[in-house]
This record gives sequence, structure tokens and C-alpha cells, in this order.
Amino acid sequence: MHGLEFDVAHALAGSLVLASFMMLYQDRLYALLNVYALHAFVLALSVAWQAFIQHAPHLYVTATIALIFKAIIIPVTLHRIIVRLGIHREIETVLSVGLTMIGGIGLVALSMVVMLRVTPGADALAREDLAFALSVVLLGLLVMVTRRNAVSQVVGFMSLENGLVLAATGAKGMPLVVEISVAFSVLIAFIVIGIFLFRIRERFDSVDIAALDRFRGERR
Amino acid sequence: MSFDALGALLLIPAVAAAILALLPGYRVTAALNVLAALLTLSTAASLFVVQPVSGQYLLVDDLNKVFIVLTTFVGFTTSVFSASYIGHEIDTGRLTPTFVRFYHAMYQTLMFAMNLALLANNIGLMWVAVEVATLTTVLMVGIYRTHEALEAAWKYFILGSVGIALALFGTILVYMAARPVIGEGADAMVWTILVARAGQFDPALLDVAFVFLLLGYGTKVGLAPLHAWLPDAHAEGPTPISAVLSGLLLNVALYALLRFKMIMAACAGAIAPGPLMVVMGLISVIFAALMLYRRRDIKRMFAYSSIEHMGIIVFAFGMGGPLANFAGLLHMTMHSLTKSAIFFAVGHIAQVKGTQKIADMGGLTVTNPVLGWGLVLGVVAIVGLPPLGIFMSEFLVVSSTFARQPVLTAILVMGILIALGGIFMRLNVVVFGEPKGVTKPAEASYVPMFTHLALVLMAGIYLPPALVAGFSNVAKLLG
Repeated sequence: MHGLEFDVAHALAGSLVLASFMMLYQDRLYALLNVYALHAFVLALSVAWQAFIQHAPHLYVTATIALIFKAIIIPVTLHRIIVRLGIHREIETVLSVGLTMIGGIGLVALSMVVMLRVTPGADALAREDLAFALSVVLLGLLVMVTRRNAVSQVVGFMSLENGLVLAATGAKGMPLVVEISVAFSVLIAFIVIGIFLFRIRERFDSVDIAALDRFRGERR
Repeated sequence: MSFDALGALLLIPAVAAAILALLPGYRVTAALNVLAALLTLSTAASLFVVQPVSGQYLLVDDLNKVFIVLTTFVGFTTSVFSASYIGHEIDTGRLTPTFVRFYHAMYQTLMFAMNLALLANNIGLMWVAVEVATLTTVLMVGIYRTHEALEAAWKYFILGSVGIALALFGTILVYMAARPVIGEGADAMVWTILVARAGQFDPALLDVAFVFLLLGYGTKVGLAPLHAWLPDAHAEGPTPISAVLSGLLLNVALYALLRFKMIMAACAGAIAPGPLMVVMGLISVIFAALMLYRRRDIKRMFAYSSIEHMGIIVFAFGMGGPLANFAGLLHMTMHSLTKSAIFFAVGHIAQVKGTQKIADMGGLTVTNPVLGWGLVLGVVAIVGLPPLGIFMSEFLVVSSTFARQPVLTAILVMGILIALGGIFMRLNVVVFGEPKGVTKPAEASYVPMFTHLALVLMAGIYLPPALVAGFSNVAKLLG
């Protein structure tokens, strides 16, 4: 079914990968949150489009959750937490931006090679969706390992979850129970994270993970 | 059938969690916690009498019966231990009553999640259950709110989430592989249907799926090099949680892995999952054995020992075949019982001494003879000396695999011996030698510890034929 349907789905999934790349070079927390909101927004569009072309109305629920919860509520709340806790607005990165971007390109190439090679039987839309989804997952991991700041690690994790939702919706007819659970797990994860942020703040006046690194159990 | 054991196994912990979250007063709630765990255990035992019918979402077969009974049994004994442990924590002010209420509610939620993961017939449901179990343990690990506990919980949360995310990706890929054969909808995620029709799945897609599942659930099993969360989480959380983590949660993740391994085995064209598991198992054994030598914290030391033993178990299951699977199952059971017994002892010892540093402990057999000798017995069991159960299961693992892979098995034996040296070196300081640190009598409940050790001893001397028959049956199922 190469046609408009395919092209739009393709473009949206591709935009999600692009948004993941945009996360890689943000060095300010607010900007990172804005990019995350964009990421979630693109995801919502992509899921809604999948709902449309698959004639699967339950996917609209997933899209709505992505739009309201991930694209609006979470960024706004995290924004407030940053303000209230007075967290440093700059993100310390482990690697330079250039190296991170090269790493990201490598990961996307890897996921294309792996996924396109193993799914010649599946229909074209599903396999490309899967390849894009794996790219988003791997880029999310990359964001997590190259940031030292707790909030940006959390954002990396949430973008990773977005990749999973993309994969789940691309897999045609996957039961609803999983999509809701994915959205729900994000909610739980967020609560947990919220508690952690407050606790970390309570103890050390910092949400910088480097402050936690002092302890390694054995070296005192 | 009027009494639905499957529903009860999930309902009892869930209701108990809700009640415990509301009730104040730790004596009442601790007793209720024990009661709920006992009820769950008896329900689990009833599975042997009446086998409920499996449905779309829940499933009982010989494989998960073993896991469920083991989980509910250790869950029950740990709740007994936890009652006395928590009492001491309240007395010393390390935990406030509010936190204890939270702790008990989380304990039952964890039991619920583990039972759900073991009973689930739907691979999506199983994934959700493992995620819930992870999140509850994250909260419990961080409960002391010290610097170290927070770091441990954060690390566990991040690594656990990444693992669980990879596992979900693998689960989606399994669905993708199943969809062309089974058709769209819920059926393509039902494990019994998946296994029955796996022969027609696309092998290449299943291969990739299994790699993700192995990395994802393998993180939760604590396989090296994905183990980094495990020592911290064990060392910094309350000791009952260390016992449950080591004894049960690692098994639950392993169980998920075994279920997918069975799907892989049913698909002729797919790669054999065995070699991957064997390699990761061996790496874990060797790595953990070497790491044992530099431990200064007693709970961290036994956490590394858990990595070693999970490595042995994964090695055994990776080798496959009825004998090695039997050995793996037996070893898993023995390890759960022994390791939780050790943590029961270590928990009380750390409370008496007020520290977990090995250097600050000494002469326990003189100052606290019961605890000290209990620990000695547990350690003798865990390093695999005869006549205890772990010797028997390790012997079975080695003897059943030696003929097939002499080199790999030799590496495994080397790892076991290195670990033996490492643990004994530390144990010597802790239980014998000059008494050091605070010496006061322990207010401990010895029953759970010695019950476990007695069972392990018994298994080492005499395995009941019914148990052997049951385990062999499961081993055949695993292929």
C-alpha cells in the first residue's frame, strides 16, 4: 500500500527520529523539555495516523494520552520542578555534541540494518516503523548515558518509551492492553521519578547525579 | 469449581496491600502481613490438589507451579523474618511508623506482581507484572532515604527501566513474528498459542526478539555485564527485601526468559538460545567470583554471590536437556532457600553490630552463637560443600554438562572454586577470630532461617521421589 497513507506514516515516524536527534544537542534543560514536548506531539500525530489507516479506533486513546499527558502535563510539571528546586539550567554532557551526534547516526544505521534485514516478510509500513522505533529507543538510551543530570536522564528515558509506543502501534492489531499499560507505566515511572527528585533535593540540594556518584559502597 | 485458586493468588496480596496501606501500628500490620503471606502460600499449595483451568490471561502448568510454590513459601518465611526485623528498625528509629505502613503495603504489592508475572499467559501481561515488581522494589530499596539508599534506588530504577524497556521491545517483536501466523488481536500474545504455533514463525524476527528479551529480562536476572544495579540494591535496602530480591525476583525474571526460550525452541529455524545463555551465565560466574574477593560490605558480598549463582542456573538452562534442566531447577530452588536464609542471618547480625562492614565484625560464633553458626551453615551451603543441597545441585549441573562441553564446564567449576575461596576468606573474619564491635544478644527470629537451612540439608541428603518426579517432568517441558 504505497501511497499517501504510507508516505505520511513514514514522514511522521521519521520526524520522531529527527526529534530524538534534536535532544542530543540540547544543552539547556528548558530547551530539552521543549524538544521532548515536540517529540511527544509528533508521537501523538503518528499514533493518530496509524489509528486512521489501520481503522483501529482504540489507538486514538493512545494518541490522546500521548498528546495530553506526555506532550503537555509532563513537560509543564518538570518545568515547574526545575523552577521550584532551582536546578542548574545547564546540562553537563559526558561527550561532546559532535561525538554524540556521530554516535547517534551510527545507532540509527545499526537499527536500520538489523530491522530491515530480519523483516523482509512483514509489510513495508510495519518494518520501517519498527526500524524507526528501534532508532528512537537507541537514541533515548544514548541521551541517558551522555547526560549527568537526573532530569535529562529521565527525559531520555521518556523518549525511549515513546519509541516503544511507536513500535507497539506500528505492530498492527496489537491488543489494547499493552498500549494502555505502556502509557500507565510512564505515569508510574513519573510518580517514582517525582518522589526521587524531591528526595534527592531534600538530602543534597542538587539533582545532579554526579553528587550521588561519590558513593560506591567500597571506596570509603 | 467454586474456589478459584488463580484468582485468589492474585487477590489475597492485592487486598492485603490495600488493607495494610490503611492500618497504623506495626505489630498488627506485621502480623497481618504474615497472615496474608501464609494464605497465599496455602492457596499456592492447593494448586497441587486441584489444578485450575488455564485461560486467555492466566495459566497454570507444571513449570510455573514450581516457581509459584517457591515464591509464596519464601515470601511467607521472609514475612516472618521481616516482622522481627522491622520491629528492631522502629526501635532504633531507622524507620518511622508511616514508612513501615508503606513498606508492608509494598511488600504485598510485590507478592502480587510476582504471582501475576508467574501466572500470566499473555506475554504483555507478564511484562506489565515484571515492571510493577521492579517499581515496587525500587521504592523499597530507597526506603531508608540515606545518601547510599537513594543512589542505589536511582541506579536500580534507571537500569531496571532500560532493561524492562528492551524487554518490551522484544515482546512487540514476538507479536510481530506471530501476527502473520496467528492473526491480529489478543491471541497472538497468548503464550500457549504462541508455543503451539511457533514452528511457522519468521525465525529471523524471533532471533532479534530473543536478543532484546535476553538483554531486557537478563538485566533483571542480574547477568553480567548488566548486573550493576544488583549489589547496590541488595546492600542498601532493608534486609528482608534483599532476601526477596535474591531469592525470588531474580527467579521471576529468569522464568520470563525460560518461557521465551521455549518459544524459540519450538521454532526450528531460529537460533538456539542456549549458547547465548551459556556464555552470559559463564561470564557472570567468573566475574562475580572474582569480585567476591574485594568486598568489604557483607550484604554486597552475598549480592555478588547471587550473581554467581544466577550465572550457574542460566548456564544449566542454557545447556538444556532433561538432566541439565533438572539440575538448573534444583539449583534455583536451593539457591533461593539458602540465600534468603543467609540474608535472614545477615540482617540480624547487621542490626546487632550496627554496621554492614565486614571489618567491624568478628567472632560471631562466640558473641552470638546461634546467629554465627547459622551463618556458617548457610555459607557452607552456598559455596557448595557437601552434604547440603547446593553441593548436590552443583554436582548435577557439572556432571550433566561435562560430557557435552568439557571446556565450558571446567570454566564453570573454576568459577565455583574461586567463589568458594572468596567467601570463606571473609567468613573466617566474621564468624571466627577476635570478637569485634558491639556485642549484645540479638532479638532475632531464628525459625525462618533454620527452616530454610533444614530444607536445604534435607535436599542434600534425600530428595523425595515425588519432588524428583515433578522436577523431571518440568525439565522435560523445558526441552
